Amino acid sequence: MIDSDVFVQALQDVGFDFFTGVPDSILGGIIETLMERRLYTPAVREDEAVAMAAGAYMAGRVPAVLMQNSGLGTSLNAIISLNVIYRQPCLLLISWRGFQGKDAPEHLVMGANMTQTLDAVRIPHRTISEQALADDLRWTAQAFMKERVPVALLLKKGIVKGLHP
Amino acid sequence: MQSRARAIAALLEQLTNQPVIICNGFPSREAYKIADRPTHFYMIGSMGMAAAIGLGVALNKPGKKVVVLDGDGNVLMGMGTLATVGALKPKNFVHVVLDNEVYGSTGNQPTISDVVRLEQVAKAAGYAHVERVIEREDIVYEFKEMLKKDGPSMLLIKVTEQAEDAGRVMIEPPDMTERFKKAIE
Repeated sequence: MIDSDVFVQALQDVGFDFFTGVPDSILGGIIETLMERRLYTPAVREDEAVAMAAGAYMAGRVPAVLMQNSGLGTSLNAIISLNVIYRQPCLLLISWRGFQGKDAPEHLVMGANMTQTLDAVRIPHRTISEQALADDLRWTAQAFMKERVPVALLLKKGIVKGLHP
Repeated sequence: MQSRARAIAALLEQLTNQPVIICNGFPSREAYKIADRPTHFYMIGSMGMAAAIGLGVALNKPGKKVVVLDGDGNVLMGMGTLATVGALKPKNFVHVVLDNEVYGSTGNQPTISDVVRLEQVAKAAGYAHVERVIEREDIVYEFKEMLKKDGPSMLLIKVTEQAEDAGRVMIEPPDMTERFKKAIE
């Protein structure tokens, strides 16, 4: 498992310097580290978070938004009618609840359809693997710069250490 | 009470190079027609997100007063952002709400801002200053004060339903992002 300190440092090393979002248990360790480093601005909804990221980008930052995949549904209109059409890139770090049907009922439909949802609105995405984190982040930074749209990294349970290992 | 366009004109006269985020619908079209500046960011979609975009700018440009020109329907849709602003308390955040009590772009269906006092919601959420005004001289006086004082502040302006004959904003969205980004550097 990747230590959350190592993960956050890797994000900072590729340039991310403004972090906002709404928590999920899978993201708990990462958010704790971001808060320790005073890098995290909490949002109350995921659409608010992607809009804050749009503002931060225009103010010269390299933003990242953390959310559970339920929040992808909440934020989809903001993503496609703001960040995508205005070419305001950000990293969407999305926890994959409902992966392979092993989760609470409310997560199963989005868990089974998240990558199709991202494909349908042409958001480039990758699923983070422990072995290839450096490569995943290189790909993210390249897509961010080249496409200038939100780029999603999907995080399954057990890849980055949570609050309660 | 005056039209929203007259209120916007009065506000824009007080501004020079401050970043201004203008919500989707008629407010953006009217502001574009009255005075277009590279420091203006006009929304065309993502209703409810004007204050969140402005907050993202304000947090990362603490030396600039950031102005959001919002509508009552927009504020109601993104009401949670009043709480985020109230909690984070950016001193450089001036939130103007042009309140005509209707969804003007879709045929003047009523909002609920005739009942819900949005500036009181902002006050309860933790905005430092809130004012509710109608007349032009009060708009100008309070807006100037808010540009000077530490915020976050909300200026709620009651306006009529009248909409200007204003066309669409003729700037491609990616060009607007680049223009605004450069103008507020």
